[in-house]
Amino acid sequence: MKKLMMTAAVAALAIVATGFSASAAEKLKIGFIYLGPVGDLGWTYMHEVGRQAMVKELGDKIETTYLENVSEGPDSERSIEQLARTGHQLIFTTSFGYMDPTLKVAKKYPKIKFEHATGFKRAPNLGTYSGKFYEGRYIQGVIAGKMSKTGTLGYIASFPIPEVISGINATILGAQTTNPNIKLKVIWVNTWFDPGKEADAAKALADQGVDVIMQHTDSPAAMQVAAQRGIYAFGQDSDMIKFGPKTQLTAIVNNWGPYYIRAAKAALDGTWKAEDTWDGLKEKMVLMAPYTNMPDDVKALAQKTEAAIIAGTLHPFKCPVLGQDGKAVECKGGANLDAGQILGMNFYVKGVDDKFPGK
Amino acid sequence: MQLVLERRAERSTKIAILSPLLAIALTLVTMSILFAILGKNPAMALYVYFIEPLTDSFTLMEIAVKATPLVMIAIGLSLCYLANVWNIGAEGQFIMGAVCGSYLAVVTNGTDPGPWVLPAMLLMGALGGALWAMIPALCKVRYGANEILTSLMLVYVADLIMDYLVRGPWRDPQGMNFPTTASFDPVATVPTLFETGRIHWGALVALIVVALAAVMLGRTIKGFEIRVVGAAPRAAAFAGFNSKRLVLFTFAVSGALAGLAGIIEVAGPVGVLQPGISPGYGFTAIIVAFLGRLNPVGILIAGLFLALTFIGGEGAQISMKIPLDLTKVFQGILLFYVLACDSLILYRIRLIASPKKAIHGTA
Repeated sequence: MKKLMMTAAVAALAIVATGFSASAAEKLKIGFIYLGPVGDLGWTYMHEVGRQAMVKELGDKIETTYLENVSEGPDSERSIEQLARTGHQLIFTTSFGYMDPTLKVAKKYPKIKFEHATGFKRAPNLGTYSGKFYEGRYIQGVIAGKMSKTGTLGYIASFPIPEVISGINATILGAQTTNPNIKLKVIWVNTWFDPGKEADAAKALADQGVDVIMQHTDSPAAMQVAAQRGIYAFGQDSDMIKFGPKTQLTAIVNNWGPYYIRAAKAALDGTWKAEDTWDGLKEKMVLMAPYTNMPDDVKALAQKTEAAIIAGTLHPFKCPVLGQDGKAVECKGGANLDAGQILGMNFYVKGVDDKFPGK
Repeated sequence: MQLVLERRAERSTKIAILSPLLAIALTLVTMSILFAILGKNPAMALYVYFIEPLTDSFTLMEIAVKATPLVMIAIGLSLCYLANVWNIGAEGQFIMGAVCGSYLAVVTNGTDPGPWVLPAMLLMGALGGALWAMIPALCKVRYGANEILTSLMLVYVADLIMDYLVRGPWRDPQGMNFPTTASFDPVATVPTLFETGRIHWGALVALIVVALAAVMLGRTIKGFEIRVVGAAPRAAAFAGFNSKRLVLFTFAVSGALAGLAGIIEVAGPVGVLQPGISPGYGFTAIIVAFLGRLNPVGILIAGLFLALTFIGGEGAQISMKIPLDLTKVFQGILLFYVLACDSLILYRIRLIASPKKAIHGTA
C-alpha cells in the first residue's frame, strides 16, 4: 500500500509540474451538456450524433467534451460552469430546463459563447436554437388519421411546455384533415426519459383502444410496446425502426449536425453572434424517417404534405385555428399563427381529448 | 489448506480504523485496473478524481455545496440507526421540508416582506420534515407498523405532493408551463458566503449540526440513551428508558434535519421549488451515515468524500473523457469494499490446514 501511495504521489507531482493545457492552446474547445445518457437512442443520442458530425467535419480544429445525465436541478449550473472554467469557448446546453442556469453562467463568463436548445432567454453571449418539430408532427397526424382503425390516437407527453403543446396540436390538426372525427388521448409522464414510465403509458393507451401511438419522450420503450401489441407508432428524435420494423410509420429525426457545424465554424472565424435559430424541414434541422408500414396512397399523401410544408404552401397552424372551446384563436401572423404564438403555445385546439394541464 | 472466518472475541480498535483505509486502498487498486483496461492513465485518473478538485477554490466550494445536504441528513439518520430505528424515508422528509419552507417564499413572492422570511422558512422546513417523519414513527409506536416500509413509501407520496403543487397552484405564471415555482426573492434566499462561488450559509449550519450531534452523543444522557436502546434494548428497558418515546424522538430529529436540508437546498443553490431538487440525497445519505460509521465526525468526512467523488467524476468526464458510468461503478465498488472490510472487524481470517483435504489433494 505504501508503495502504491508513493507512486500516486509521484505521478500527481509530475502532472502538476507539466501542467494540463499546454497542448490544447490552438484548438477551439466546445462543450455539451446532455440531459440523458448518450445511449438514450432519442433526444440526447441525436445531440451526440450532431456532435460527432461536427468532430468529423472540423477534425482537429476543435476539441469537444460532453457531460451526460446532467439533471435539470441544482447540478446543472455547476456542470455548465465547470465547462466554462476549463477553457471551453462554445457551450451547448441541450435541454429546456437548463435555461436559467445557462443564463446565470453566461452572465458570469461574458467572453464565452453559449447556445441553449429550445429556450427563449437570450443574452449577448447566449443564443438559442430549436427545430420546428411541429411540422413533422403535422405529417404524423395526417398519416395517423389514415392508419387508425379505432379513430383514437395516443400521445405520450412529457412536460406541458409550449414545444410539447404545439406538437400535440399540430398532430390533431394534421389528423383532422384525413379523419375529421379523430380523437387524441394524452398521457403526461412528467419526465423526458424514463423507459419504464414511457412503456407503462404506452400500455395504458393501448388498453384504451388507441391503435397509433406517438410520443414526446426520449426512449424507444413505447415503440417496443406498440410492436408487442401489434399497433402502430411513430419514432421520436431518431429513426427507431430497429425497435419496430413492422410498427414504425415514420419518425421525426432531429438533425443537429449541420447547425453545430455552422455554429462552430462561426466561432472559429470570429463571426459568431447570439441568435435565435428556429429551423424546420426546409432547413433540414427536422427530417422525416422513411415512410414505412403504410399503403402507397398514404405514403404519397405524406410525401405530398412534406413537400408542401417545405415549399411553404402549407402551414400546420393555418388560420382559423379553433381552440378547445370551438372559438377561433386570434391570428397574429396573417394567414397563420405567428412564431410567438407557436413558441408560447398555451392552449389545446379542438379535438384534443384531455384537460389542459393546470387549467 | 482452508480459509475460515473466525469470530473475534473482542473488537480491535486498530482494525476498526484500518478497515476503511484498506477499503479505500482496494478501491483505488480496482479502479486503477479498470482505468488501465479503458486505456486511461490510472495515476492521472486518480489525480483528476481525488486531488485536482482539492486544488481549486471553485471545486472546493462545490464539494461543500454537495456535501451540505448529505451530511445534515446523514447526521439525523445516524441517530435513528444508533437507536435501532430504521428511517429509510429521509428523501421524503427532505422534500416535505422543501415544500413547507417554500410555501412562505411562494406566497410572499414579489411583496418584499422583510428579513423575517428566511428564518421562518427554515423553521417551517424543519417542522415540515419532522411532521412528515412523525407519520411512520407514530405508526410504529401505536400500531407496530414496520417503519422501513412506511417511511420509504412516504417518499413517493411526498414526491407527488410536490409534483402537484409545482404543476398546479404554485406554478410560476411566467414559467411557460414548466413545472417550477417562480424564482425566490433575494430575502427568501440563503445568502452565499463569498462574492463568487455557490457555497452558502447552509454549509455552516451543517457544521453546527455535526458539532451538536457529537456533543449530544458523547456528553448527554440522551446520547447515552440512544446508544443503550440500540445496543441492548432489554438493558435499556430495565434502566427505565422508554424505547417508544425514543422512536418518536429520533424520527423527529432526523425528519427535522432532512427537512432543514431540503429548504436550505431549495432556498440556496436551486432558488426555486421544482421536481428533481434532490438527486437522491435522502438515499445517498444512508450510505454516508454508514461510511461514517454513524459517528458525527466520520459522517462529515464521508459526506465530503462522497461529494469529492461526484465533483471529481465530473472533472474526469471533462478532462479525460471518462464516462459518467465509471463514477457510479467507482462509488459502488467503494461501498462494496467498505462493507466487505467491515467484516474484518467482527471476524478474522485464518488459514487452517485440513489434513483430509490435503491427502485427497495429493492422491
